[in-house]
Amino acid sequence: MMTKLLRSLFCSVLLLVTVQAQASLEIIITDGVDSARPIAVLPFTFRGTTLPKENIAEVVAADLMRSGKFSPIPFIKMPQRPSKSAEINFSAWAREGVEAIVMGEITEVGIDRYSVSFELIDVLKGNSGISTQMLNAGQLVGSSQFILDARETTINGGQFRQYAHRISDIVYEKLTGERGAFLTKIAYVLVRPNAEFPYQLVVADYDGYNEQVLLRSKEPLMSPDWSPDGTKLAYVTFEKRQAQIYIQDIYTGRRTILTAFPGINSSPRWSPDGRKMAMVLSKDGNAEIYVMDIATKALTRITSHRAIDTEPSWSPDGQEIVFSSERGGNPQLYTVNIATGDTRRLTFEGEMNLAGTFSPDGQSVVMVNRTNGRYHLARLDRQSRYLQVLTATNLDESPSVAPNGSMIIYSTMHGRSQVLALVSMDGRFKARLPASDGQVKSPAWSPFL
Amino acid sequence: MNLNKVLKGLLVAVPVLALAACSSKSSTGAGDADTSATNQTVQVERVDPAVTAAEQMRQKMEALRRENTVYFDFDKATIRPEFAEVLQAHGEFLRSNPSVRVTIEGHTDERGTPEYNIALGERRALSVVQYLQNLGVSAGQLSTVSYGEEKPVVRETNEAAYAKNRRAVLVY
Repeated sequence: MMTKLLRSLFCSVLLLVTVQAQASLEIIITDGVDSARPIAVLPFTFRGTTLPKENIAEVVAADLMRSGKFSPIPFIKMPQRPSKSAEINFSAWAREGVEAIVMGEITEVGIDRYSVSFELIDVLKGNSGISTQMLNAGQLVGSSQFILDARETTINGGQFRQYAHRISDIVYEKLTGERGAFLTKIAYVLVRPNAEFPYQLVVADYDGYNEQVLLRSKEPLMSPDWSPDGTKLAYVTFEKRQAQIYIQDIYTGRRTILTAFPGINSSPRWSPDGRKMAMVLSKDGNAEIYVMDIATKALTRITSHRAIDTEPSWSPDGQEIVFSSERGGNPQLYTVNIATGDTRRLTFEGEMNLAGTFSPDGQSVVMVNRTNGRYHLARLDRQSRYLQVLTATNLDESPSVAPNGSMIIYSTMHGRSQVLALVSMDGRFKARLPASDGQVKSPAWSPFL
Repeated sequence: MNLNKVLKGLLVAVPVLALAACSSKSSTGAGDADTSATNQTVQVERVDPAVTAAEQMRQKMEALRRENTVYFDFDKATIRPEFAEVLQAHGEFLRSNPSVRVTIEGHTDERGTPEYNIALGERRALSVVQYLQNLGVSAGQLSTVSYGEEKPVVRETNEAAYAKNRRAVLVY
């Protein structure tokens, strides 16, 4: 008992230390906890001598909470601490309103080798299924009814966070029917005006852990965008005191220059098949949208208007591009069909609409809407044409949608700092990811990795 | 002998130290003491060097560099009349020095999206280019770069800061 207590103490101290050392993006949930579904993530039982550095249950609970769909109950509210599913007192958990339990165990099986198993338990099914389980007690026939999923795998000491995110993905998909996006990454630009290299291109896990700087520069970096296979980033750099578009392999660090035309080289956006890049160039006079074949560097001009055309973004089927244009007087969103050139105005509400980006299902477009001088994220349902304002933060920009379409990451002003923030696609869940140091901007959510 | 030398040294050093101590400009204390000591017996005059053409140009450029910024209204790229004089001075200088090249940087405030602001910043830089070309400056002397909202001069979120950040800067 005493050793167990010590162990868990040791664990929480370690966790605190790692949080301080790694998470320069911490999360503060500002809205939407009430509507989340209660769930219990029990501390994983540990058998062995060398404690793992990461606490799986804490990572899973944080993931589920951050999805906006679940509210993991605190340990003190847990009615019991069962070590296996057969010990669960379903009615006690049901009384707490908990609809599902995640429990598991970690066994040290060798040097830096751990076997991790977990079960996802449906409390409601378990509660109503007690009698069936009693009938064939010896064979546990009924037990599979309330176990929604159970898996076992062997990992090394450095894989705990990753495997915890994997568990979160499974739990999330089982309970919502939607694929989880906990194993994804975000890229963003960190600006520290007084540093020797004030501009940094950074990649981190979606929750801000495992931050890695990919590029440090004395001149601005902008608009990172992930290749659809998740191995490369395209971005704009001013390192030659002129805008250029580069592609950088995030694993090898290899950089290749894509464009360095006179004037604007802006807003690179990979096509869904990864073969083309939409971008903004002003080499022919003013800001126009072009599509480049990455292999041949052949350019196709998409827009032709003396007003500003910028911020291209592909529809998921690669047939259309949504872009911002001032052709109607104020910047509004338009769509253009790549094959036919057919161009249509998409937005009519608000003084401006900018930075349009499709949801992964193609049914809505997320954008920055300006109304009464305030910039907020909004979502347009393409079918109903209903425009819903999603955020209430200040000077919102650069929305990027999670690959499962559940959440949008964007940059906003909090006090005098530019920070990243999250909002769910329905606008109910809102959270802030304040950086410990510097301004954070231009977030880009990776595809499924 | 040795003592004599030390005393002589002291005789010189003490007044110098005293002067230095009395001097109100403590940072240039030693220099002040030196000149005032010599001033007692000699007077130094100097001849102004002949200003070379290169030096003249350097001085002119320095003056132009001090007045090298044009400010804009929100979401606008029109040159306000109050900046006609500044641009006139740059135009004349560039016309009479056809080998000099200048880069015009376009900037915006932080409102709106970064990518839209790149386009807006370029439009501001191009307004200045157009203005200078109308004054007879050759296109070959002029280049532009738009930094959009990425390089604000004032990192604050109020109208006064925004007004200072909405600018085009002529960089020689």
